[in-house]
Amino acid sequence: MQPLRVTRHTVATAVGHGVAALAAALRQRYSGLRPNDFTDAPLATYIGRVAGVEDAPLPGAWAEWECRNNRLAWLALQCDDFRGSALRARERYGADRVALVLGTSTSSIGATEEAYRRLLPDGQYPEDLRRPVVHTPHSLGDFVRAALGLEGIVVTVGTACSSSAKVFAQAERLIRAGLADAAIVGGVDSLCGSVLFGFNSLELVSPEPCRPFDVTRRGISIGEAAGFALLERDGDAGPWLLGCGESSDAYHMSSPHPQGLGARLSIEAALECAGLPASAVDYINLHGTASQKNDEVEARLIAGLFPSTTRASSTKGWTGHTLGAAGIVEAVVTFIALDTGLVPGTLNAEILDPACGPQVCIGNETSDVRIALSNSFGFGGSNCSLLFGRERAS
Amino acid sequence: MAVKAAYLDGIALWTPLLPGWDIAAPVLRGDAPPPGTVAARPSPALLAPTERRRAPDTVAIALEVGARACEYAGIDPKAVASVFASTHGDLAISDYMSDTLARTPNLVSPIRFHNSVHNAAAGYWSIGTGSMQPYTAITAWGDTFGEGLLEALVQADTSGRPVLLVAYDIEARGPLACMQPSRGIVGVGLVVSPSAGARTVARIQWDAVRGTDRTSPLARNAELLAGNAMAACLPFVEAVAMSVERTVSVGLSPNMLLEMEFAFPHRKDGSWR
Repeated sequence: MQPLRVTRHTVATAVGHGVAALAAALRQRYSGLRPNDFTDAPLATYIGRVAGVEDAPLPGAWAEWECRNNRLAWLALQCDDFRGSALRARERYGADRVALVLGTSTSSIGATEEAYRRLLPDGQYPEDLRRPVVHTPHSLGDFVRAALGLEGIVVTVGTACSSSAKVFAQAERLIRAGLADAAIVGGVDSLCGSVLFGFNSLELVSPEPCRPFDVTRRGISIGEAAGFALLERDGDAGPWLLGCGESSDAYHMSSPHPQGLGARLSIEAALECAGLPASAVDYINLHGTASQKNDEVEARLIAGLFPSTTRASSTKGWTGHTLGAAGIVEAVVTFIALDTGLVPGTLNAEILDPACGPQVCIGNETSDVRIALSNSFGFGGSNCSLLFGRERAS
Repeated sequence: MAVKAAYLDGIALWTPLLPGWDIAAPVLRGDAPPPGTVAARPSPALLAPTERRRAPDTVAIALEVGARACEYAGIDPKAVASVFASTHGDLAISDYMSDTLARTPNLVSPIRFHNSVHNAAAGYWSIGTGSMQPYTAITAWGDTFGEGLLEALVQADTSGRPVLLVAYDIEARGPLACMQPSRGIVGVGLVVSPSAGARTVARIQWDAVRGTDRTSPLARNAELLAGNAMAACLPFVEAVAMSVERTVSVGLSPNMLLEMEFAFPHRKDGSWR
């Protein structure tokens, strides 16, 4: 593939609104996780909750799309002048030549959950939630389309925790095929009962802040986040998307392939796509959910595939596992590494699982990061690896 | 952009009244009335026997049309990349999850939870076929069939290999049905290829264009998939069944269409018409 330039990007996570807030939290090592104060029914866990969502209703023009997930999308669009950049791209290329490809795991199911909690005595939805668009998973794509006035290809990708990584691959194909001149990609997932009690039912939720790759890790901390990136063939500044790899596990719905075969295929496909050897990768942002199985399998895989000079970490101790938004959040972490040389460590890890190789770092480091890889693996065995570079060619 | 060509190598359709392409095609052509009986849900033979019984309807229908489309095209399901398109995902599980969360959140079923992801059918396809090829799972509300088909066409074009599209929607349940009143079950499977082969059914010259004028189904067929969220696939499957040159436009977004010119192989002189 021809590299594409990420000419603008933004993110909103539990550590704050905007890229600078995430970079500062990474540098100063403060976590956004806090005891669960989201669910009415008690659930003893830690969550990554984005501040200010409750106080930021959608502007009246978009009241039809009102819900927590779309609020979070709107909040992130205001960060780092992303919306301004997107509107300028729309003017530059034409509203039908900028594709919109967004990922989400649960979209606005929180609104459907709320309707069921507040059903009227006759079993009907409460009046204020009788808005079909927020009760279907394309709610996210449709809202951002309307909010940015886009008139081209609009699609929502739902492959669980790989969703907002796979959007880069799909957008790259659309541009390569000549169907768009630029693309807005990203992902938004918000806290809701489905994910908190759902992951709890699978015994994957940690009662303490998640500790990725720690030998005594106890599971994941669920977070919410929104992030966007503008992809163009070229531009004045920004990191480059050098390669995309996708694969499937063909193994289990909620458990990774025990040897990490699917994950290995996606990493190798990304390297092949970029024409780079594993030794060229300076930093890997791992999927690193802090679940027993993911971390063990991913640690072994990285130890076997990369030289000891490659640095690797999971940043989920800062943001929580943001599920369908994890791909874009962690792509932005790699952009920070490429831009500043900050290699974030693995917050909350103290003693690494013996499966980890020398690549996994606990403490922050500084390094000349030229090439970075981001891994995102999801339920249903959906894997995606993205390679980003500071320069167009290595 | 220039118009691109793709080739349809396999097609499958399943609804309770039209359970299979061999039954559906003559009905779509107007050569036969719809059967008067309602077929039982297909059993997903790709899954282990214990999984078959408890597979959600979305999984059963998706695996059925995926397998039949690959069979039609004569390709190994394990070797093909795939695009799964569903407007709403599993409406029955969304109803179950929302209902259970409202009453007894701590009693959510772990299996139903992991089956609630939009890519559940795609995940079971990968497990059942043993395919480690990439799949994706998308939605675009009323334009889900168009966006799913576009992604399959784009993947075939950029990879130079055949791609499987599986598009499906099921019946809404519970209070959610008042917002998304999808009825019945519809599944369609297509194999699109970048080059013509011995099994090619149709040539499709396609482009994404500005516009809002979606092709309507023929009046006599309009009710066949009516009420199901995937009914937008009807003009496409109708065109394949009729096998006469025709242009079909399906929606991609409120202002964009996937425009397709269908032509069919004429075996005697090798021309397309």
